[in-house]
Amino acid sequence: MNSLLESNVIFRNVYCFWAANPGNAEQCTPVGAVAVKDGLLPGGLEWLAYVMAGLSVILLIVNVYLVFAALYTYVDRRVLAKFQGRIGPNRVGPFGILQPLADGIKLMTKEDLVPAGADRWIFNLAPVVMMSSGILVLAVLPFGKDSFVVDLNIGILYVFAITGVNTLAMFMAGLASANRYAMFGGMRAVAQLISYEIPVVLSVVGIVMMAGTMSLVGIVEAQKVPFIFVQPLAFFVFIAGSSAEMNRSPFDQVEAEGEIIAGYHTEYSGMKFGVFQAAEFGAVLITSALIATLFLKGWEGPFLPSHVWFLLKLFFFAFIFIWIRATLPRLRIDQIMAYAWKFLLPLSLINIFVVAAEVLLLGDQITDSSGVSMDLTTSDMWIMAGINVVVAIVAVIGLAKITGMDARESTKVANVTRVIKGT
Amino acid sequence: MYGLGILKGLTVTMRNFFRKPFTVQYPEERVAQHPRFRGEEFTWYEERCTGCASCAKYCPLGIIKIVTHPGGEHVSEGQEYAIDVFDIDIGRCMFCGLCVEACPYDALFMGSGFEEGQYSRKDLVITKDRLIKADKKPSTWFRPQLESQQYNSQSESPVDWENAGREPWPYHMPVRPQSAEESLEQGEETK
Amino acid sequence: MSLSEPITVNVGPQHPSTHGVFRLRVTFDGELIVDLEPVFGYLHRGSEKLAEERTYTQVITLTDRLDYVSSMINNQAYVLACEKLSEVQVPERGSYLRTIAAELQRIASHLVATGFLLNDLGALATPLMYCFREREKILDLFEMLCGARITVSYMRVGGVFQDAPEDFWPAFKTFLEEMPYYIDEYEQFLVGNEILLMRLKGGNTVSKEQALNASITGPVLRSTGFSWDLRKVDPYEIYDRFDFDIPVGEQGDNFDRFYIRLQEMRESLRILNQCFKQIAPGPVRANVPYLYRPPAGDAYGRVESPKGELGFYLVSDGGIAPYRCKIRSPSLLNLSAIKEMLVGWKLADMIVTLGSIDINMGEVDR
Ligand code: SF4
Ligand code: SF4
Repeated sequence: MNSLLESNVIFRNVYCFWAANPGNAEQCTPVGAVAVKDGLLPGGLEWLAYVMAGLSVILLIVNVYLVFAALYTYVDRRVLAKFQGRIGPNRVGPFGILQPLADGIKLMTKEDLVPAGADRWIFNLAPVVMMSSGILVLAVLPFGKDSFVVDLNIGILYVFAITGVNTLAMFMAGLASANRYAMFGGMRAVAQLISYEIPVVLSVVGIVMMAGTMSLVGIVEAQKVPFIFVQPLAFFVFIAGSSAEMNRSPFDQVEAEGEIIAGYHTEYSGMKFGVFQAAEFGAVLITSALIATLFLKGWEGPFLPSHVWFLLKLFFFAFIFIWIRATLPRLRIDQIMAYAWKFLLPLSLINIFVVAAEVLLLGDQITDSSGVSMDLTTSDMWIMAGINVVVAIVAVIGLAKITGMDARESTKVANVTRVIKGT
Repeated sequence: MYGLGILKGLTVTMRNFFRKPFTVQYPEERVAQHPRFRGEEFTWYEERCTGCASCAKYCPLGIIKIVTHPGGEHVSEGQEYAIDVFDIDIGRCMFCGLCVEACPYDALFMGSGFEEGQYSRKDLVITKDRLIKADKKPSTWFRPQLESQQYNSQSESPVDWENAGREPWPYHMPVRPQSAEESLEQGEETK
Repeated sequence: MSLSEPITVNVGPQHPSTHGVFRLRVTFDGELIVDLEPVFGYLHRGSEKLAEERTYTQVITLTDRLDYVSSMINNQAYVLACEKLSEVQVPERGSYLRTIAAELQRIASHLVATGFLLNDLGALATPLMYCFREREKILDLFEMLCGARITVSYMRVGGVFQDAPEDFWPAFKTFLEEMPYYIDEYEQFLVGNEILLMRLKGGNTVSKEQALNASITGPVLRSTGFSWDLRKVDPYEIYDRFDFDIPVGEQGDNFDRFYIRLQEMRESLRILNQCFKQIAPGPVRANVPYLYRPPAGDAYGRVESPKGELGFYLVSDGGIAPYRCKIRSPSLLNLSAIKEMLVGWKLADMIVTLGSIDINMGEVDR
């Protein structure tokens, strides 16, 4: 109980607001202050204050998440439009910023259809599962200095475990819809998402090795040098793999609108469709947040407040995702699978070996109460960065050559013979 | 190779990111239309129309309805018919302009607008009264006499039938000057 | 032995990537196509029959609506047939204006084909928007020429209906100067892209023999390495005066078809530049009466449309309307080898191939 109160600022403040004097004296007395302010509840109800603090934190985080997801749909559409030479939504509210609200109202007032042959229960459950997996991840994400719900010591493992549920939601939706396109989407989702889970998880192993912890907060604090420089290979694998997991272009097989209409959510309408969309856009935010946390020092940065830094980094990666989405065509399903197994998986393995060797050679072994760990100084990290960039380039080019992923033969432009007049 | 092509593509999209959007905000902004634009809202000069019904006959869809009765003094000469009904059902019209091409008296012109939305199909029938009352903003399509006046239906005020001029037959074979380059030079001189 | 059970899916008639109301009854084994059968006719409007009810001039408006992304060329094919029927001599300037319109239209049509192919590949409409940006300029030129952008009805038997307005030429010149830059940009954007190459290269090939047997024409035939372009082999109008090349592919795969279109845009620009230099003053329309009656007989007029050989076969009984009008539509015939192209490939390839053949349902169903 006390760990939460100590580590979490929001939680502590809400708790102090409610709990009466005897209960909050310990936690809420600022250092050096004389009087302790009474909370609103009478004494003896500290448990209630605790529950209310928990609920309000959940409410806060979930709502902020949803608002940001809605905002992101707007940003996505505007930026995408800009890439395409269009203007994008700009009618509702100033600069069209209220467009997500209008969309929400529209979706809510639409008829909620369930196809006749559908498995009602699973059909209705799928959006809920999809949404909840996104929300649960928020529990461990550090949004700024000292702002997180819990600092799980297996944070990163928890994230992957929870996001894995997405696959299930898509498969449920695809199979329950009694639609062949939806089924195609569901099957593709299972094949693709499970394949890409592996390189993504493996790419993070290197980071865990360097940081010596699985806690997201710990990883941020361990980044004396942003890991994007230290482990470019892991960054590449992670960004490619996670864009496959979010079904973003060029890996948007699961809902390839030109091929299988909308994939697993073909049959969804109204707010259920809206929930899928919100979950998808939320997934982009969460992935961007994860990338920022794992590779770009999370909330840390000079001058600006930590939350601002975090948001800046988050939207930077979100922008990159939009940019990629606006540019690239999508791969075919077999090429996507080949890419995961033949290219990303070996790359992440190479990354693990190289990082492990480097940590072993460069790190100083420390033994303390929590066990044996390796300590890396900043200069060690820069040395690693230098080596790893070279390794990354060699590995990518070499592997591309071996597996035929370099599209080398393909670049040979069609031999256009010229037929001159009078043939 | 090795993702370089993808990077090249990314630079192209980034370059376009900083270009101005090429779409326009329709009700507030409009793209400029050429005076030849074949719009809805036909322009019809009842002073000139003889009720010969050539237009009705040449319309591929047969959507012009003309009812006349002998009304003037020279009925026997095929003129001076009084027009009772002159309906154009623009709900079915495809704005091909063949009716305008067919009119031997330069009485029917294409219009210049394009915003004839109505709630009912019946309202899409342009009747004689509406044609008479309408703003006379003819398109210069197939009317070289307007074009030679540099008339611009999009910006200028309505023209009445006397100013709309008549084209001496055969109007479709104007012996105009100009290779492309000559006309360019000419344009520059007039500027 | 396959463990999975084949399923039959109706791709279309309402499907985002079938380019109109077109239906493919496909049997899939997993993602693999094992059988397919195209079903068309959803957009059948009876153009051939309607033509028998209309005068020769009125039929021009019907041809606009065949392949609605290349109306000018449809117009041209039809009026060429009419002119053969009655042996009308087209004035020079009229021919030049027709050529200008037709080549502009070819660029516009190829832009649409390229854009939609990329859209089918999943590039989220970005290349499509870029292509439409240029196409818009061409449509603006058409608006100057004839007051309409899509359903142009610009050509008449014996020429074009009206000379180009004076402000057409400066705009045309700017277009000619700007367009190469944008084609370069497409090449930079698309041709080197590894994903695009992985998707398009080597896929869904059609051999030269297959193509000839199925009487496939246009870029699909040329992608197999067979150099057949009516502008060269049977120069109609004034095409024998221009110096241009025919891009030919090698393998007959999706990439060749796509790349040939990009190249053809450049060749069209070359023709347009020569037109711009050569066009001289003069009448634009022969003195053909509005309601003209060609002598009894028959004639076949054909042009190289962006999709292939577009032909109009007209039979006249001396009346004011054609006795019979047969339209040889390239889109329909290009579809005839679709089974050979698709069986054994994946679902995604099917969509891409439909895009790279560049069918247009208005023309397939007529
Ligand atoms: S524009 Fe064409 S369709 Fe419309 S009324 Fe005139 S001839 Fe008929
Ligand atoms: S063709 Fe001209 S003159 Fe004759 S009825 Fe029509 S508008 Fe009147």
